[in-house]
Amino acid sequence: MSGAQVPASAPALQALAEDAWLVGFGDSVDTATLTRVHALAARLDRERLPGVTDLVPAYSSLGVFFDLDVVGADAVARWLQAALDRDDDQPRTPAGRVVDIPVSYGGRFGPDLDDAARELGLDADTLAHRHASVVYTVAMIGFAPGFPYLSGLPATLALPRLATPRTRIPAGSVAIGGHQTGIYPRDSPGGWRILGRTPLVLFDPSLEAPALLAPGDRVRFRAIDADTFERLAGRRTGAGE
Amino acid sequence: MKLQVEQPGALTTVQDRGRTGWRHLGVAAAGALDPDAARLANRLVGNPADAAVLEYTLIGPTLRLDAPTTIALCGAEVEASHTAGDGTRTPVGSGRPVRLPPGSLRIGPLRHGIRGWLAIAGGLRTPPMLGSRSTDLRGGFGGHAGRALVRGDVLLAASAGLPSPQLPWQPSWWVEFDPLPDAAIVVHFVPAMALDETARALASRPWRVDVRSNRQGLRLQGEALQVPAGDIVSTAVAPGTLQLPPDGQPIVLLADAQTTGGYRRIGHVITADLPLLAQAGPGTALQLVAVDADTAASLREARRAQWRRLEYLLDERLRSLPPAG
Repeated sequence: MSGAQVPASAPALQALAEDAWLVGFGDSVDTATLTRVHALAARLDRERLPGVTDLVPAYSSLGVFFDLDVVGADAVARWLQAALDRDDDQPRTPAGRVVDIPVSYGGRFGPDLDDAARELGLDADTLAHRHASVVYTVAMIGFAPGFPYLSGLPATLALPRLATPRTRIPAGSVAIGGHQTGIYPRDSPGGWRILGRTPLVLFDPSLEAPALLAPGDRVRFRAIDADTFERLAGRRTGAGE
Repeated sequence: MKLQVEQPGALTTVQDRGRTGWRHLGVAAAGALDPDAARLANRLVGNPADAAVLEYTLIGPTLRLDAPTTIALCGAEVEASHTAGDGTRTPVGSGRPVRLPPGSLRIGPLRHGIRGWLAIAGGLRTPPMLGSRSTDLRGGFGGHAGRALVRGDVLLAASAGLPSPQLPWQPSWWVEFDPLPDAAIVVHFVPAMALDETARALASRPWRVDVRSNRQGLRLQGEALQVPAGDIVSTAVAPGTLQLPPDGQPIVLLADAQTTGGYRRIGHVITADLPLLAQAGPGTALQLVAVDADTAASLREARRAQWRRLEYLLDERLRSLPPAG
């Protein structure tokens, strides 16, 4: 990516609520835009204006929430505009951590792996291998506390969502929905196709850092067998969780 | 002291002012759907404004209290009573501090609105999670065990340490809550720039609250709005966001809403009108009216000023209450 790349559209400020602005970077879903959103979020976080409570990155926008008892909407808008005016957030290598996530693919942990592989014209092992050989970026967290939307899924692995969502998907399930892949942090309904499961806990509200992943982090899946899954899961429960 | 849940009501949760600072990790705000009413209830019993209260829906809970305390009920009209150990039953009024001996507090069905808030002196002592005692129903944490109350639950509150009154005692004055209008509730919204046509259509049609509404969002039922073709990219959303799903029936997001959404945004309901939506039960008629951001801000300030005046007058009344016992 070249540092001289010109963004497709100038960022625009829109009111999301009386106490929230949405900084929009256009409608395209691409790595350059995403990196720019995350870079802006990181910079605003470092230079936070008192009263700004939440910075919520998504694929091509950043939600900025504030406390009206502390700061006015106009003051926040001026702060944002000033940050955008000296926007040096050119596309660059993502700065987030790289997090390794062990996944047991297929079998009882990945009930959709075989069907999904057939649909894609692959065998199950190849699908699992391809899914695990990409470094993904946490584009945003949404849907549920700690649910990461991962970008970087190869286009050849895109899968339609189930016509009828499942009423219960177990916590830790690693799944593909359309052009995205993600991990269900807790048992919940959902329509994504489940390839496997991780024994890691994605969200624990009793911890000071409650989520395993944050927007901008990079994620690498590492295939493990069912025994290793049980061992890792057992160690977790053994540790008194 | 302990509050034992004898009847949980339809949906009773522990709430305070809600969570901030965790939206980037997908954590919703939660919190009382009418923060002003919850704050008032707290003020009446001498609590800090952000103390945890119970929010009840459609029908309130019945709670057994093992020690004397002071409570206040705010929100929709409700019939409440206290039953002492010897079976003596006393009506419990709303909008005022009520001193109760040990016994059973029954909060019945709600009228002219669907939500109310119960504050108890000292506040509920559920463990704070991520900076708040509010229940995150979708995340399954916070409040009491991350869920709505069920029969048999035991909640802890600070002991008031007061001598027990023989019978419930309450002042003869109370704060009256405006009843919901018989005609459609007027709800102001600020249109998003991108969707002028849709905003006009939204404001020109009558809407009713769909039965599938909850703390996450109010679904509106009416002649479907036209939905422009094509996908949109998910963005952050906020309580108050007016979403347009593919079926053309808009949704107003409320405090428990997810933090990001992929439906089109028509605009947002103004802050001053969100507490009204807390009272809008299934079938309630709504009339949406478009306003600009300046009008939204002045309506918000007007509401604030009104509450400040009320609290000022109230504090005088509260200072002149006779000593407990």
